[in-house]
Amino acid sequence: MLALFLRDIRLSIRAGGGALVGVIFFLAVIVTIPFGVGPDLNLLSRIGPAILWIAALLACLLGLDRLFQADREDGSLDLLVLNGDRHMLALAVLTKCLAHWTGSVLPLVVAAPLLGLFMNMEPLGIGATALTLLIGTPAITFIGAAGAAVAVALPRGGLLISVLVLPLTIPVLIFGVSASYGAVADPAPFLQPFLILAALTLFLAVVGPLAAALALRHGTD
Amino acid sequence: MMRLIAENLGGERGGEAVFSGIGFVIEKGEALIVTGPNGSGKSTLLRVVASLLPVARGKVLVEGGGEAFPTVASASHYLGHLNAMKTALSVEENLGFWRAFQGEPALSVEEALETVALGGLGHLPFGYLSTGQRRRVSIAKLLVSRRPVWLLDEPTAGLDKASEERFAALMRAHLRDGGIVVAATHLPLGLEGAKVLGMGD
Repeated sequence: MLALFLRDIRLSIRAGGGALVGVIFFLAVIVTIPFGVGPDLNLLSRIGPAILWIAALLACLLGLDRLFQADREDGSLDLLVLNGDRHMLALAVLTKCLAHWTGSVLPLVVAAPLLGLFMNMEPLGIGATALTLLIGTPAITFIGAAGAAVAVALPRGGLLISVLVLPLTIPVLIFGVSASYGAVADPAPFLQPFLILAALTLFLAVVGPLAAALALRHGTD
Repeated sequence: MMRLIAENLGGERGGEAVFSGIGFVIEKGEALIVTGPNGSGKSTLLRVVASLLPVARGKVLVEGGGEAFPTVASASHYLGHLNAMKTALSVEENLGFWRAFQGEPALSVEEALETVALGGLGHLPFGYLSTGQRRRVSIAKLLVSRRPVWLLDEPTAGLDKASEERFAALMRAHLRDGGIVVAATHLPLGLEGAKVLGMGD
């Protein structure tokens, strides 16, 4: 499993891996928002956490279609499924998700504090948003894996995956944003939505890979 | 005593039966050559045996695989049309990954590359290799981890004469060690005394 993790990390940082595409998209969205919304600093700081979360969510979905498709095109997926009797296929999927998250989504979390400055957010709000992104984005990857597995055989399944997955990511978005607001706006709580966010991630870490493994096993042809 | 058994096996693609009523018993040390015209279901048969496609009818199983190889999937190497290698990674990285992932390590990556006469090319990205060289790396993948059953789909596609002979010697060595080979092919593989299964006649 470690070998699979390291291979996918290597692939994501080599040429054509696409690890940077998400970060660049994230950057582009966040940098454009102040131009569109206008120079109202209070408004920017108020919508800052939500904008960071929405941009991160969309950037997460961007690279998901390649999660299994690249392996399918070169035949690796057959061997991953074939070895499913030796190590559970769901575990291999979980490993691939973690590698994908580390390679393409973790850079977003690292870039988020810097981009928070564009939104005129205060340090506490920036910290809280980065923390909720760190805890919440794996959930998006896990749901996305199920979508990617369903659409693995479709040549242009990228948009389909986004449409399939987006409704399922809404709870993650809601609790991520409300926890980020809870850290700065006084009466709103931080800990409760944050814990629900963590619970969502743990829950989806089990359900997502199991669903994806099932779809992959029945999707081979 | 290891055996690969198929009983009244049927396979389908997209709901349409491709073949049915296939049965064979392969003892250890034996090879089965699957022949037949295009579209007769050779590849489908191999994928059904490897449990990459669902069994439509009948069953396929290994007997006497012991604890290490209880099912056909766990006992099998599958060499399909695709090489299952990443073009962005070096040959060594590719083989090293499969050796670690598949478990039951056999030859080291260097030894396996020497065996397919690609010694010294391990540092090259897989994408730089020619079609025949890629196929040989894929064959080296059979050697880095131990599996008693080799399921080979057109294994010699793209190989030159010398490589074909080298590969035939590898298969014979595998059979001498008590392995099982099931190969779908049009070309003679140089295996004497192999059983032949004709599809589509």
